[in-house]
Amino acid sequence: MSSVRTVEVSAIADTVARLCGEADIILPEDVRQAITQAKADEPSPVGREVLERLLENADIAAEEKMPICQDCGLAIIFIDVGQDVHITGGDLTEAINQGVRRGYEENYLRKSSCHPFSRVNTGDNTPAIIHTRIVPGDKVQIWVVPKGGGAENMSKVFLLTPAVGLAGVKKVVMDTVKNAGPNPCPPVIVGVAVGGTFEQAAVAAKRTLLRKLDSVSSDPEAAVLEEEWLEDINKLGMGPAGLGGHTSCLKVFVDIIPCHIASLPVAVNMQCHAARHKEAVL
Amino acid sequence: MSEPIRLTPPLSEADVASLKAGDKVLVSGTIYTGRDAAHKRIVETLAEGGTPPFPLEGAMIFYVGPSPPPPGRVIGAAGPTTSYRMDSYAPVLMEQGLRAMIGKGKRNDEVKQAMAKYKAVYLAAIGGAGALMARCIKEAEVIAYPELGPEAVRRLVVEDMPLFVVNDVHGGDLYQQGRQAYARR
Repeated sequence: MSSVRTVEVSAIADTVARLCGEADIILPEDVRQAITQAKADEPSPVGREVLERLLENADIAAEEKMPICQDCGLAIIFIDVGQDVHITGGDLTEAINQGVRRGYEENYLRKSSCHPFSRVNTGDNTPAIIHTRIVPGDKVQIWVVPKGGGAENMSKVFLLTPAVGLAGVKKVVMDTVKNAGPNPCPPVIVGVAVGGTFEQAAVAAKRTLLRKLDSVSSDPEAAVLEEEWLEDINKLGMGPAGLGGHTSCLKVFVDIIPCHIASLPVAVNMQCHAARHKEAVL
Repeated sequence: MSEPIRLTPPLSEADVASLKAGDKVLVSGTIYTGRDAAHKRIVETLAEGGTPPFPLEGAMIFYVGPSPPPPGRVIGAAGPTTSYRMDSYAPVLMEQGLRAMIGKGKRNDEVKQAMAKYKAVYLAAIGGAGALMARCIKEAEVIAYPELGPEAVRRLVVEDMPLFVVNDVHGGDLYQQGRQAYARR
Protein backbone atom coordinates (compact mmCIF):
# COMPACT_ATOMS: atom_id res chain seq x y z
CA MET A 1 0.00 0.00 0.00
CA SER A 2 1.38 3.38 -0.94
CA SER A 3 1.66 6.06 1.70
CA VAL A 4 0.02 9.45 1.46
CA ARG A 5 2.25 12.49 1.02
CA THR A 6 1.29 15.82 2.55
CA VAL A 7 1.53 19.06 0.59
CA GLU A 8 0.78 22.36 2.28
CA VAL A 9 -1.42 24.85 0.43
CA SER A 10 1.09 27.57 1.34
CA ALA A 11 3.71 25.78 -0.81
CA ILE A 12 1.23 25.74 -3.69
CA ALA A 13 0.51 29.46 -3.26
CA ASP A 14 4.24 30.26 -3.18
CA THR A 15 4.85 28.21 -6.32
CA VAL A 16 1.97 29.83 -8.23
CA ALA A 17 3.22 33.32 -7.24
CA ARG A 18 6.73 32.52 -8.46
CA LEU A 19 5.54 30.93 -11.71
CA CYS A 20 3.31 33.93 -12.55
CA GLY A 21 6.36 36.21 -12.40
CA GLU A 22 8.65 33.87 -14.32
CA ALA A 23 6.08 33.11 -17.01
CA ASP A 24 5.39 36.79 -17.71
CA ILE A 25 9.00 37.96 -17.57
CA ILE A 26 11.16 35.17 -19.01
CA LEU A 27 10.64 33.96 -22.57
CA PRO A 28 10.71 30.12 -22.57
CA GLU A 29 13.95 28.74 -24.02
CA ASP A 30 12.18 26.59 -26.64
CA VAL A 31 10.36 29.71 -27.87
CA ARG A 32 13.59 31.69 -28.05
CA GLN A 33 15.17 28.93 -30.13
CA ALA A 34 12.17 28.73 -32.47
CA ILE A 35 12.24 32.51 -33.06
CA THR A 36 16.02 32.45 -33.63
CA GLN A 37 15.65 29.65 -36.19
CA ALA A 38 12.75 31.45 -37.88
CA LYS A 39 14.86 34.60 -38.18
CA ALA A 40 17.54 32.64 -40.03
CA ASP A 41 14.95 31.21 -42.45
CA GLU A 42 12.75 34.31 -42.97
CA PRO A 43 13.12 35.87 -46.46
CA SER A 44 11.29 39.13 -45.64
CA PRO A 45 13.62 41.91 -44.36
CA VAL A 46 10.79 43.44 -42.30
CA GLY A 47 9.95 39.98 -40.99
CA ARG A 48 13.54 39.42 -39.90
CA GLU A 49 13.58 42.82 -38.23
CA VAL A 50 10.41 41.99 -36.27
CA LEU A 51 11.85 38.67 -35.09
CA GLU A 52 15.09 40.39 -34.09
CA ARG A 53 13.08 42.94 -32.08
CA LEU A 54 11.21 40.15 -30.32
CA LEU A 55 14.50 38.57 -29.20
CA GLU A 56 15.75 41.98 -28.10
CA ASN A 57 12.49 42.48 -26.20
CA ALA A 58 12.98 39.17 -24.39
CA ASP A 59 16.50 40.21 -23.37
CA ILE A 60 15.31 43.58 -22.05
CA ALA A 61 12.42 41.94 -20.16
CA ALA A 62 14.74 39.43 -18.44
CA GLU A 63 17.36 42.07 -17.68
CA GLU A 64 14.96 44.69 -16.32
CA LYS A 65 12.52 42.21 -14.73
CA MET A 66 9.80 43.78 -16.86
CA PRO A 67 7.01 41.68 -18.41
CA ILE A 68 7.57 40.59 -22.01
CA CYS A 69 4.17 42.04 -22.89
CA GLN A 70 1.95 44.59 -21.13
CA ASP A 71 -0.93 42.11 -21.42
CA CYS A 72 0.16 39.84 -18.59
CA GLY A 73 -2.89 37.73 -19.26
CA LEU A 74 -5.53 36.04 -17.24
CA ALA A 75 -3.84 33.46 -15.02
CA ILE A 76 -4.65 30.03 -16.39
CA ILE A 77 -3.53 27.27 -14.05
CA PHE A 78 -3.28 23.60 -14.91
CA ILE A 79 -2.76 21.46 -11.85
CA ASP A 80 -2.23 17.69 -11.73
CA VAL A 81 -2.73 16.36 -8.22
CA GLY A 82 -1.33 12.91 -7.46
CA GLN A 83 -3.94 10.63 -5.92
CA ASP A 84 -1.50 9.83 -3.08
CA VAL A 85 -1.27 13.50 -2.08
CA HIS A 86 -3.11 15.00 0.85
CA ILE A 87 -3.42 18.77 0.50
CA THR A 88 -3.53 20.41 3.92
CA GLY A 89 -3.57 23.83 5.53
CA GLY A 90 -6.50 25.38 3.68
CA ASP A 91 -8.54 25.66 0.51
CA LEU A 92 -6.64 24.69 -2.67
CA THR A 93 -8.57 27.09 -4.94
CA GLU A 94 -8.05 29.97 -2.53
CA ALA A 95 -4.33 29.11 -2.30
CA ILE A 96 -4.01 29.31 -6.09
CA ASN A 97 -5.84 32.65 -6.17
CA GLN A 98 -3.62 33.85 -3.34
CA GLY A 99 -0.57 32.90 -5.42
CA VAL A 100 -1.92 34.74 -8.47
CA ARG A 101 -2.70 37.83 -6.38
CA ARG A 102 0.84 37.93 -4.96
CA GLY A 103 2.60 37.00 -8.19
CA TYR A 104 0.87 39.76 -10.15
CA GLU A 105 1.34 42.39 -7.44
CA GLU A 106 4.95 41.63 -6.51
CA ASN A 107 6.14 41.45 -10.12
CA TYR A 108 4.34 44.61 -11.32
CA LEU A 109 2.19 42.62 -13.75
CA ARG A 110 -0.95 44.10 -15.28
CA LYS A 111 -4.24 42.92 -13.79
CA SER A 112 -6.69 42.33 -16.61
CA SER A 113 -9.64 40.51 -15.01
CA CYS A 114 -12.91 42.46 -15.04
CA HIS A 115 -16.70 42.12 -14.80
CA PRO A 116 -18.08 41.29 -18.27
CA PHE A 117 -20.75 44.03 -18.24
CA SER A 118 -19.55 46.83 -15.97
CA ARG A 119 -15.91 46.19 -17.07
CA VAL A 120 -14.84 47.05 -13.51
CA ASN A 121 -11.46 45.44 -12.83
CA THR A 122 -11.36 42.83 -10.04
CA GLY A 123 -8.10 44.54 -9.09
CA ASP A 124 -5.90 41.51 -8.44
CA ASN A 125 -6.20 39.40 -11.60
CA THR A 126 -8.31 36.79 -9.85
CA PRO A 127 -10.21 34.56 -10.13
CA ALA A 128 -7.65 32.29 -11.76
CA ILE A 129 -8.89 29.83 -14.37
CA ILE A 130 -8.09 26.45 -12.85
CA HIS A 131 -8.03 23.08 -14.63
CA THR A 132 -7.48 20.25 -12.15
CA ARG A 133 -6.74 16.59 -12.86
CA ILE A 134 -6.29 13.74 -10.41
CA VAL A 135 -3.38 11.59 -11.60
CA PRO A 136 -1.41 8.60 -10.27
CA GLY A 137 1.51 9.32 -7.94
CA ASP A 138 2.36 11.51 -4.96
CA LYS A 139 3.36 14.74 -6.68
CA VAL A 140 1.59 18.00 -7.52
CA GLN A 141 2.47 19.48 -10.90
CA ILE A 142 1.52 23.09 -11.65
CA TRP A 143 1.62 24.98 -14.92
CA VAL A 144 0.94 28.72 -15.15
CA VAL A 145 -0.13 29.95 -18.57
CA PRO A 146 -0.73 33.72 -18.67
CA LYS A 147 -3.08 34.15 -21.63
CA GLY A 148 -3.45 37.54 -23.28
CA GLY A 149 -6.65 38.81 -24.81
CA GLY A 150 -5.33 39.45 -28.33
CA ALA A 151 -4.72 35.83 -29.21
CA GLU A 152 -7.54 34.41 -27.07
CA ASN A 153 -10.09 36.61 -28.89
CA MET A 154 -9.10 34.99 -32.20
CA SER A 155 -9.77 31.44 -30.91
CA LYS A 156 -12.79 29.38 -32.01
CA VAL A 157 -14.82 26.30 -31.19
CA PHE A 158 -16.69 24.56 -34.04
CA LEU A 159 -19.26 21.77 -33.85
CA LEU A 160 -18.90 20.29 -37.32
CA THR A 161 -20.86 17.60 -39.11
CA PRO A 162 -18.99 14.27 -39.33
CA ALA A 163 -19.53 14.31 -43.12
CA VAL A 164 -17.03 17.16 -43.58
CA GLY A 165 -14.25 14.86 -42.39
CA LEU A 166 -10.57 15.70 -42.16
CA ALA A 167 -10.78 18.17 -45.06
CA GLY A 168 -13.50 20.09 -43.24
CA VAL A 169 -11.51 20.16 -40.04
CA LYS A 170 -8.44 21.43 -41.84
CA LYS A 171 -10.51 24.14 -43.53
CA VAL A 172 -11.79 25.61 -40.25
CA VAL A 173 -8.29 25.54 -38.76
CA MET A 174 -6.82 27.36 -41.78
CA ASP A 175 -9.72 29.85 -41.89
CA THR A 176 -9.32 30.63 -38.20
CA VAL A 177 -5.62 31.39 -38.59
CA LYS A 178 -6.11 33.34 -41.82
CA ASN A 179 -9.00 35.44 -40.51
CA ALA A 180 -7.03 36.19 -37.34
CA GLY A 181 -4.26 37.59 -39.55
CA PRO A 182 -2.07 40.06 -37.66
CA ASN A 183 -4.37 40.31 -34.61
CA PRO A 184 -3.03 37.49 -32.36
CA CYS A 185 0.64 38.61 -32.66
CA PRO A 186 2.14 36.23 -35.22
CA PRO A 187 4.21 34.13 -35.50
CA VAL A 188 1.50 32.26 -33.62
CA ILE A 189 1.27 28.89 -31.98
CA VAL A 190 -1.94 27.06 -32.87
CA GLY A 191 -3.41 24.57 -30.40
CA VAL A 192 -6.05 22.34 -32.00
CA ALA A 193 -8.21 19.66 -30.41
CA VAL A 194 -10.36 17.49 -32.67
CA GLY A 195 -13.12 15.41 -31.08
CA GLY A 196 -14.40 15.24 -27.52
CA THR A 197 -17.34 17.42 -26.53
CA PHE A 198 -17.94 21.18 -26.66
CA GLU A 199 -16.04 21.90 -23.43
CA GLN A 200 -13.54 19.06 -23.64
CA ALA A 201 -12.26 20.22 -27.03
CA ALA A 202 -11.70 23.77 -25.77
CA VAL A 203 -9.79 22.69 -22.67
CA ALA A 204 -7.79 20.10 -24.61
CA ALA A 205 -6.80 22.71 -27.21
CA LYS A 206 -5.57 24.98 -24.43
CA ARG A 207 -3.73 22.09 -22.77
CA THR A 208 -1.71 21.48 -25.94
CA LEU A 209 -0.10 24.89 -25.30
CA LEU A 210 1.81 23.32 -22.38
CA ARG A 211 3.93 21.32 -24.85
CA LYS A 212 7.42 22.36 -25.95
CA LEU A 213 7.65 23.88 -29.43
CA ASP A 214 10.25 21.30 -30.48
CA SER A 215 8.13 18.35 -29.33
CA VAL A 216 6.46 15.81 -31.62
CA SER A 217 3.05 14.40 -30.75
CA SER A 218 3.12 10.87 -29.35
CA ASP A 219 0.08 10.18 -31.56
CA PRO A 220 1.46 9.46 -35.08
CA GLU A 221 -1.80 10.57 -36.71
CA ALA A 222 -1.64 13.94 -34.91
CA ALA A 223 2.09 14.31 -35.64
CA VAL A 224 1.43 14.15 -39.40
CA LEU A 225 -1.28 16.82 -39.17
CA GLU A 226 0.91 19.08 -37.01
CA GLU A 227 3.58 19.10 -39.68
CA GLU A 228 1.26 19.48 -42.66
CA TRP A 229 -0.86 22.26 -41.13
CA LEU A 230 2.24 24.18 -40.00
CA GLU A 231 3.62 24.09 -43.53
CA ASP A 232 0.32 25.25 -45.04
CA ILE A 233 -0.15 28.08 -42.51
CA ASN A 234 3.32 29.31 -43.33
CA LYS A 235 2.34 29.59 -47.00
CA LEU A 236 -0.35 32.17 -46.15
CA GLY A 237 2.20 35.00 -46.28
CA MET A 238 1.21 36.92 -43.13
CA GLY A 239 4.65 36.67 -41.57
CA PRO A 240 5.97 38.15 -38.32
CA ALA A 241 3.58 40.79 -36.90
CA GLY A 242 1.45 40.20 -40.02
CA LEU A 243 3.68 42.54 -42.05
CA GLY A 244 4.45 39.88 -44.69
CA GLY A 245 6.76 36.87 -44.66
CA HIS A 246 7.00 33.12 -44.33
CA THR A 247 7.01 32.86 -40.53
CA SER A 248 3.32 33.11 -39.64
CA CYS A 249 3.34 30.17 -37.23
CA LEU A 250 6.00 28.56 -35.03
CA LYS A 251 4.12 25.37 -34.17
CA VAL A 252 0.81 23.57 -34.55
CA PHE A 253 -0.26 21.22 -31.76
CA VAL A 254 -2.99 18.67 -32.46
CA ASP A 255 -4.85 16.49 -29.98
CA ILE A 256 -7.24 13.85 -31.36
CA ILE A 257 -9.94 12.62 -28.95
CA PRO A 258 -12.88 10.19 -29.46
CA CYS A 259 -16.23 11.94 -29.94
CA HIS A 260 -19.95 11.18 -30.25
CA ILE A 261 -21.07 9.38 -33.46
CA ALA A 262 -23.13 12.49 -34.28
CA SER A 263 -20.39 15.04 -33.64
CA LEU A 264 -17.11 16.45 -34.87
CA PRO A 265 -16.00 19.17 -32.44
CA VAL A 266 -12.92 21.25 -33.27
CA ALA A 267 -11.32 23.81 -30.96
CA VAL A 268 -8.62 26.16 -32.19
CA ASN A 269 -6.80 28.04 -29.44
CA MET A 270 -4.58 30.78 -30.83
CA GLN A 271 -1.45 31.65 -28.88
CA CYS A 272 0.87 34.60 -29.44
CA HIS A 273 4.59 34.31 -30.21
CA ALA A 274 5.61 34.60 -26.57
CA ALA A 275 3.89 31.27 -25.80
CA ARG A 276 4.22 32.03 -22.09
CA HIS A 277 4.10 29.09 -19.70
CA LYS A 278 6.11 27.87 -16.72
CA GLU A 279 5.78 24.73 -14.66
CA ALA A 280 6.95 23.23 -11.39
CA VAL A 281 6.58 19.96 -9.50
CA LEU A 282 5.95 19.82 -5.77
CA MET B 1 15.20 49.15 -46.57
CA SER B 2 14.71 52.91 -46.70
CA GLU B 3 15.60 55.23 -43.84
CA PRO B 4 12.84 55.76 -41.28
CA ILE B 5 10.73 58.92 -41.50
CA ARG B 6 10.76 61.09 -38.38
CA LEU B 7 7.43 62.33 -37.07
CA THR B 8 6.74 64.77 -34.25
CA PRO B 9 3.10 65.33 -33.22
CA PRO B 10 0.93 67.32 -33.49
CA LEU B 11 0.77 66.24 -37.13
CA SER B 12 -0.51 68.27 -40.04
CA GLU B 13 -2.50 66.95 -42.98
CA ALA B 14 0.66 67.27 -45.08
CA ASP B 15 2.68 65.22 -42.57
CA VAL B 16 0.42 62.21 -42.96
CA ALA B 17 -0.41 62.64 -46.66
CA SER B 18 3.21 61.89 -47.59
CA LEU B 19 3.27 58.59 -45.68
CA LYS B 20 2.85 55.31 -47.55
CA ALA B 21 1.94 51.82 -46.35
CA GLY B 22 5.20 50.03 -45.59
CA ASP B 23 7.14 53.14 -44.53
CA LYS B 24 9.09 52.88 -41.31
CA VAL B 25 8.67 55.81 -38.94
CA LEU B 26 10.25 57.00 -35.70
CA VAL B 27 7.98 59.08 -33.49
CA SER B 28 9.29 61.55 -30.92
CA GLY B 29 7.24 63.94 -28.81
CA THR B 30 3.90 63.88 -27.03
CA ILE B 31 1.31 61.19 -27.73
CA TYR B 32 -1.76 60.01 -25.79
CA THR B 33 -2.95 56.58 -24.75
CA GLY B 34 -6.46 55.21 -24.96
CA ARG B 35 -8.09 51.82 -25.36
CA ASP B 36 -11.57 50.30 -25.03
CA ALA B 37 -13.04 52.02 -21.96
CA ALA B 38 -11.33 55.39 -22.58
CA HIS B 39 -12.61 55.47 -26.17
CA LYS B 40 -16.13 54.83 -24.98
CA ARG B 41 -15.89 57.75 -22.54
CA ILE B 42 -14.27 60.16 -25.01
CA VAL B 43 -16.93 59.45 -27.62
CA GLU B 44 -19.69 59.89 -25.02
CA THR B 45 -18.10 63.19 -23.91
CA LEU B 46 -18.00 64.46 -27.50
CA ALA B 47 -21.62 63.42 -28.07
CA GLU B 48 -22.65 65.48 -25.04
CA GLY B 49 -20.75 68.49 -26.39
CA GLY B 50 -17.97 68.14 -23.79
CA THR B 51 -14.24 68.64 -24.09
CA PRO B 52 -12.05 65.58 -24.70
CA PRO B 53 -9.21 64.93 -22.20
CA PHE B 54 -6.58 66.03 -24.74
CA PRO B 55 -6.66 68.16 -27.91
CA LEU B 56 -7.58 65.85 -30.79
CA GLU B 57 -6.39 68.18 -33.57
CA GLY B 58 -3.20 66.67 -35.00
CA ALA B 59 -3.04 64.12 -32.18
CA MET B 60 -1.55 60.66 -32.19
CA ILE B 61 -3.25 58.04 -30.03
CA PHE B 62 -1.57 54.84 -28.86
CA TYR B 63 -3.83 51.87 -28.12
CA VAL B 64 -2.10 50.57 -25.01
CA GLY B 65 -2.82 49.49 -21.46
CA PRO B 66 0.63 49.48 -19.87
CA SER B 67 1.68 47.24 -17.00
CA PRO B 68 2.44 49.02 -13.69
CA PRO B 69 5.80 50.84 -13.53
CA PRO B 70 8.42 48.96 -11.48
CA PRO B 71 10.24 51.17 -8.90
CA GLY B 72 12.26 53.90 -10.58
CA ARG B 73 10.53 53.54 -13.96
CA VAL B 74 8.05 55.87 -15.63
CA ILE B 75 6.02 52.99 -17.10
CA GLY B 76 5.91 49.20 -17.31
CA ALA B 77 5.70 47.14 -20.51
CA ALA B 78 3.84 49.14 -23.15
CA GLY B 79 3.19 47.35 -26.42
CA PRO B 80 0.12 47.86 -28.61
CA THR B 81 -3.25 46.23 -28.03
CA THR B 82 -5.40 44.85 -30.87
CA SER B 83 -6.96 47.80 -32.68
CA TYR B 84 -10.25 46.47 -34.10
CA ARG B 85 -11.93 46.92 -30.74
CA MET B 86 -11.56 50.68 -31.23
CA ASP B 87 -13.03 50.58 -34.78
CA SER B 88 -16.50 51.70 -33.75
CA TYR B 89 -15.07 54.81 -32.02
CA ALA B 90 -12.15 55.77 -34.30
CA PRO B 91 -14.06 57.64 -37.07
CA VAL B 92 -15.58 60.04 -34.50
CA LEU B 93 -12.11 60.94 -33.26
CA MET B 94 -10.73 61.36 -36.79
CA GLU B 95 -13.59 63.73 -37.57
CA GLN B 96 -12.30 65.85 -34.66
CA GLY B 97 -8.78 65.98 -36.08
CA LEU B 98 -7.06 62.81 -34.83
CA ARG B 99 -4.20 62.22 -37.29
CA ALA B 100 -2.66 58.91 -36.28
CA MET B 101 -3.54 55.72 -34.45
CA ILE B 102 -0.92 53.30 -33.12
CA GLY B 103 -1.89 49.69 -32.51
CA LYS B 104 -1.68 46.25 -34.06
CA GLY B 105 -4.03 44.19 -36.19
CA LYS B 106 -6.59 44.85 -38.90
CA ARG B 107 -9.02 47.80 -39.13
CA ASN B 108 -12.47 47.57 -40.70
CA ASP B 109 -13.53 49.26 -43.94
CA GLU B 110 -15.32 52.08 -42.15
CA VAL B 111 -12.10 53.07 -40.36
CA LYS B 112 -10.08 52.84 -43.58
CA GLN B 113 -12.61 55.06 -45.38
CA ALA B 114 -12.52 57.55 -42.51
CA MET B 115 -8.69 57.62 -42.74
CA ALA B 116 -8.92 58.61 -46.40
CA LYS B 117 -11.70 61.13 -45.75
CA TYR B 118 -10.24 62.89 -42.69
CA LYS B 119 -6.55 62.35 -43.58
CA ALA B 120 -5.30 60.09 -40.83
CA VAL B 121 -2.95 57.12 -40.76
CA TYR B 122 -2.77 53.82 -38.90
CA LEU B 123 0.63 52.78 -37.62
CA ALA B 124 1.62 49.38 -36.23
CA ALA B 125 3.90 48.81 -33.30
CA ILE B 126 5.29 45.31 -32.85
CA GLY B 127 2.77 43.35 -30.80
CA GLY B 128 4.32 41.62 -27.82
CA ALA B 129 7.39 43.83 -27.66
CA GLY B 130 6.23 45.68 -24.54
CA ALA B 131 9.56 45.82 -22.71
CA LEU B 132 11.30 47.20 -25.81
CA MET B 133 8.62 49.85 -26.36
CA ALA B 134 8.88 50.96 -22.71
CA ARG B 135 12.45 52.09 -23.43
CA CYS B 136 11.11 54.69 -25.89
CA ILE B 137 8.81 56.20 -23.27
CA LYS B 138 10.51 58.97 -21.31
CA GLU B 139 7.54 60.44 -19.44
CA ALA B 140 4.10 59.13 -18.55
CA GLU B 141 1.31 60.92 -16.72
CA VAL B 142 -2.33 59.91 -16.19
CA ILE B 143 -4.42 62.85 -17.43
CA ALA B 144 -7.95 61.37 -17.36
CA TYR B 145 -10.06 58.52 -15.99
CA PRO B 146 -7.55 57.31 -13.35
CA GLU B 147 -10.20 54.89 -12.07
CA LEU B 148 -9.75 52.88 -15.27
CA GLY B 149 -6.29 51.74 -14.11
CA PRO B 150 -4.37 50.40 -17.11
CA GLU B 151 -7.09 51.86 -19.35
CA ALA B 152 -6.67 55.43 -18.05
CA VAL B 153 -5.68 58.10 -20.58
CA ARG B 154 -1.99 58.93 -20.30
CA ARG B 155 0.15 61.63 -21.82
CA LEU B 156 3.40 60.05 -22.97
CA VAL B 157 6.60 61.70 -24.09
CA VAL B 158 8.34 59.28 -26.44
CA GLU B 159 11.66 59.22 -28.22
CA ASP B 160 12.30 57.34 -31.47
CA MET B 161 9.34 55.01 -31.12
CA PRO B 162 9.69 52.56 -34.06
CA LEU B 163 6.49 51.99 -36.07
CA PHE B 164 5.33 50.80 -39.49
CA VAL B 165 2.72 52.56 -41.61
CA VAL B 166 -0.05 50.00 -42.18
CA ASN B 167 -2.88 52.12 -43.63
CA ASP B 168 -2.14 55.38 -45.43
CA VAL B 169 -4.54 58.07 -46.65
CA HIS B 170 -4.34 56.73 -50.22
CA GLY B 171 -5.83 53.31 -49.52
CA GLY B 172 -2.51 51.47 -49.09
CA ASP B 173 -2.64 48.53 -46.67
CA LEU B 174 0.61 46.89 -45.52
CA TYR B 175 -1.17 43.84 -44.08
CA GLN B 176 -2.66 43.07 -47.51
CA GLN B 177 0.45 44.01 -49.47
CA GLY B 178 2.79 42.07 -47.19
CA ARG B 179 0.66 38.95 -47.28
CA GLN B 180 0.32 39.08 -51.07
CA ALA B 181 4.07 39.49 -51.51
CA TYR B 182 4.92 36.38 -49.49
CA ALA B 183 1.92 34.07 -50.02
CA ARG B 184 2.81 30.74 -51.66
CA ARG B 185 0.64 28.04 -53.14
